This record gives sequence, C-alpha cells and structure tokens, in this order.
Amino acid sequence: MVGEKQIGSRIFRWGNYLLLIVIALTMVLPFIHVIAASFTTSAELADKRFVLFPTVFSLDAYKYIFSTNTIFKALFVSIGVTLIGTLWSMFISLLTAYGLSRRDLVGRRQILFLFVFTMLFSGGMIPTFLIVKETGLLDSYAALIVPVTINVFNMIILRSFIMGLPEGLIESAKIDGCNDFGVLFRIVMPISKPALATVSLFYAVAYWNTYMHAILYINDAAKWPIQVLLRQIVVLASGLSYDSSEFTNIPPPDITIKMAVIVVATIPVLMVYPFLQKYFTKGAMLGSMKE
Amino acid sequence: MRVKSETVVEQNNQTELALNKTKQVSSNDLQRSFKAELKRRIFKNKLLYLMILPGVLYLLIYKYVPMLGLVISFQDYKPYQGILGSDWVGFEHFTRLFTDSDFWMIFRNTLVLFGLHIFIAFPIPIILALMLNEVKNLFFKRTIQSLIYIPHFMSWVIIVSISFVLLTMDGGLINELLVSLGMDKVNFLMNSDWFRPVYIIQVVWQSAGWGTIIYLAAISGVDPGLYEAAKMDGASKLRQIWHITLPAIRPVIIVLLILKIGDVLELGFEHVYLLLNASNRNVAEIFDTYVYTTGLLQGQYSYSTAVGLFKGLVGLILVVFANRMAKKFGEEGIY
Repeated sequence: MVGEKQIGSRIFRWGNYLLLIVIALTMVLPFIHVIAASFTTSAELADKRFVLFPTVFSLDAYKYIFSTNTIFKALFVSIGVTLIGTLWSMFISLLTAYGLSRRDLVGRRQILFLFVFTMLFSGGMIPTFLIVKETGLLDSYAALIVPVTINVFNMIILRSFIMGLPEGLIESAKIDGCNDFGVLFRIVMPISKPALATVSLFYAVAYWNTYMHAILYINDAAKWPIQVLLRQIVVLASGLSYDSSEFTNIPPPDITIKMAVIVVATIPVLMVYPFLQKYFTKGAMLGSMKE
Repeated sequence: MRVKSETVVEQNNQTELALNKTKQVSSNDLQRSFKAELKRRIFKNKLLYLMILPGVLYLLIYKYVPMLGLVISFQDYKPYQGILGSDWVGFEHFTRLFTDSDFWMIFRNTLVLFGLHIFIAFPIPIILALMLNEVKNLFFKRTIQSLIYIPHFMSWVIIVSISFVLLTMDGGLINELLVSLGMDKVNFLMNSDWFRPVYIIQVVWQSAGWGTIIYLAAISGVDPGLYEAAKMDGASKLRQIWHITLPAIRPVIIVLLILKIGDVLELGFEHVYLLLNASNRNVAEIFDTYVYTTGLLQGQYSYSTAVGLFKGLVGLILVVFANRMAKKFGEEGIY
C-alpha cells in the first residue's frame, strides 16, 4: 500500500519534470532555431530541414542586411529612443513617485487616483493622436517618448518602494537641512538601486519594443525604429529599403535574411535579460504591493 | 467646499485637522482656519508640488485632454475647423456603428478573442506555477523559470515575425516538417480558420512565463506548516493543492483576473494588427484595428473616436462590475 503510493508519487514527480522540460523547450526553441538559421544559407535551410544545428556556416544574411545603412539607421533610432526615453521616463517617474509617496503632500490620494484611473479608461487612439499632432510631435522622435513619459504601473512600483523605506531616514535628512530634492537624490536614490534598475529595464524594454507609436506618429520612413523595419521586411516582405534603388543589384530578402533581421532586433533584449532576471521578481512583487 | 475639505481631512488622516472637524467644521471661523492651515501646508511643501508638476502636466496633456477630446465623437470633426468650430451631430456616429454590417462581426471577433484569453491564456500560468511548485530541485526550478519568461520581453513584432518564418508556406520549418511527414502544407497565416489558434498560442507563448512567476511568488508565501498538517491528516498532493495552495493564492488570481477583464477590449492592437490581412479579416478585425483603419488610414476621426469610446466604456463597466463581484465574494478587488 505504502509502496504503491510511493511509486505513484514518483511517476507523478518524473512526469512533472518531463512535462516542464518539454514546455520550456517549446518556448525557447523557436528563438534558437531562428538564430541558428540566420547563420546559414537558404539552400541549407531548404534541404536539411534542421531545427538547431546547420552544417553550413554562412554570414551571407548578415552581410546582406548590413550592405546598406538602412538597418544601421533603424538601430541607431531605436538605441537613441531607448537611451533618451529611459532616462527621461525615469527622471519624471521618480520625481512623481517621490512626491506622491510623501504624506505631507495634501491631496496625494486624489492625484494618485488620477494616475490610476488612466489604467482603466483612456481617450483612446484617435484623440491621443490628435493631441500628439497638436503638440507638434508628429514625425519627430519625441513622439515615441513624450506621449508615454510615465507608465503608471512603473511609477507605482517606484512609489511603493520609496514608501517602504524607513521614515526616520528621510526625517533625519530633513532635520539636517536637506530639502526634498536633496532627500530624493542623495538619500532615496542611492538606496533604491534595485527598484531603479528594475523599472529602468522595464522602460528600456518598452522603448526598444515600441512599434504602435511609431506607425501612428512617424510617417517618414527614414525615422523608423528597428521594430517597424523588421515588420516591413518579415511580414510585408516589401524589401529591405524604403528606397528600393539601393538594392537593385541584390536579390530580394529570402528566409535567412528575415531570420538575421529578427536576430538583430532581438539580441539587445536578450543581452539585458540576465539583468532583468536579477531584478524582475522584486519588481513584480513590488508591483503587487498595495497601500 | 466643505465636503471637499472634509474628504481631504479624512484621507490625510491628520490628527490636528481631524480634531478641527470633530469640533464642528460648519462654524465659519474654523473653516477659515482650516483653509489657512491647508494653504500653509501646501506652501510649506511647495517643493513636493514642484516635483510632481512635470508628471501631472504630462498626465493632463496626454491622458486627460484626450479624454476631453472624446467629445468629437458627437461632432462632425474637421481638423481645420477644430473642436470648437465643428458641427454637433449627436449620436449619429454611434447609430452608424450599431447599424454597420461590420459591427457584429467585430463584436463577435473581440468577444471570441476575449474568451480565449480568459479560458485558455489565463489558467495556464496557474497550472504551470503549481507544477513548478512541486519541483524540489532549486536549480531545475530556476532554470525552467528563466527560460519560460524570455518571450515576455519580446515585442509583438518579434513574436509575430518568428511565428511568420516558422509558419510560412515558403520554406517555414513547420510546413517543411509537415511535408516530410507526408502531409500537405497548411497556410497558417492566410487561412482564417488558423487565425484564432495562432493568436492564442502566441499569447500563451508570450505571457505564460511571466504570469507563472507572479503566482509562484504568491505560492511561496504559503505557510509550510499547513502542508505538514495536511500530510499528517493523510491528504494527497491533489487535495493539498485544492485545499491549501489554491485558496492561498486566490486573492492574486482574482486581482489578475480583474485586470485581465479590464483588458477585455485591449486585446493588443499591435498583436492583432500584425496578424491581420485581407483573407482573415472576417475573424481578425477587432475594435482597435477598426479604429486604426477607419480613423487614421481613412481620416474618419469622429466616427473612429465614437468606436473607441464605445469600446472604452464597455471595458470600464466590465472592470467596475468585476471588481464589485470580487468584493461581494469577500475579496479585496483592485481598488
């Protein structure tokens, strides 16, 4: 009787392990396949139907996509928007989060409610577009940053973190003659590194992944970020360049080239992934904290 | 004014002011001193107000002004006439929306995708978290965790692009495998029967890992003594999960479910738009993509704003309703 139960639980345990391995692999294999396939020729891809390990190594796809500056330009736009956007968003979010964390701020609950309400209801795509247009941001890189300055969820993570700091710390700094800016930049920021890192990475990933705002607000193809270009190349297959004359003597993009562009757009996120991993659980937990 | 100041008093829970309140706020004298006190405290903390000013300005300009801009759904808005100069047309755009032959198609598509979210994408992370929770080997647990939430950080463009190169008829891995197994190629990307499966698989692929982490964090807070006690009473693994783990993480499940319902009509413009094409429009067109095509591509600002407003209101009502239901059943809700 006892033995049977043990066997049953052993089967259960190994079945569980096996199933988890299969699930994890199915989620990761597509990425690995795409990376592997980008480093080979399309002939190899068509013949061997390999999943992971090509027998022919080739950089042709990468040579092709970097043969003009289209990809470089788009990468440059994305990197610029990500760096500047993250700094800008962090700065404004941190100021707001600190202000809204202080009990001295009369009306902070009402103001916080104004922020939270925008998570439940919004003016929607068209009125927001019209405001972006009215404020003169159309076709500028600022259109990818300013309209999404504060992500309320991220701001609340920062606020919860600051509220969790010992009150005495802030009080004593004030007694020593620090004003609120001093407290924020000299006391709160240095001890909030995990929260700052988490939220910065969230913002950075969001800026890197920006697509919708680019297609809404940017008409000039020369200003496209990498995500929009990726979509053009892979899904619309409309060629690598908005100026088709650049590619007259090069064949149209085949599947390995698409793979290479996907890898180029994915690698930066995979590079920050270890950092994300280090901090994200804290962030996810902080986000679920309520006042 | 008095009512307003009373709420301020209550919510800030300032003893000093609360005392004033108990001593009859209606007296004019005290009310004046209350106002003076309020002014003094705001002035004393002017730096704090200065700090939140950029954030609040952003909020007003890019979030609340667009909400006011929703009035154009009752107008025949012309960009060159502006909001003040455009003619009012009442509910004309809404009438048009509800009588449009596409309305029910879009409504049904939105509802079906919502159902797929709630009944397929929502429970999977809970099951994964329960499975991972049974794993005793920490290294194995962490590895699986870190692998399954990688897709969470990928944009929809990347998710859809990877699916595209895997599923395309033109040398995609899946179709090549089908052929080598002696089957016919399937046009996953153009065939409207395949839109919904492809859509929900991508949603699960992208979001399951992240959700799992949140549930796992909640499960880790369960008192291990409860399991010990249950084991002593001879409760099986499944009974332990049913009677201890699930009730313990119920608040988290409810909060996430309400948030999910809040997203009811936010099925991801980006995601659906990336998958949308002429041959799957009958199942793939949802309110967001419809707003985009009628509004931005065809320039029917007022009509598309009306569509967006309808969508937004339904979403708001659903969240409020779900939150109220949660509270009725003794849960905390999201506000």
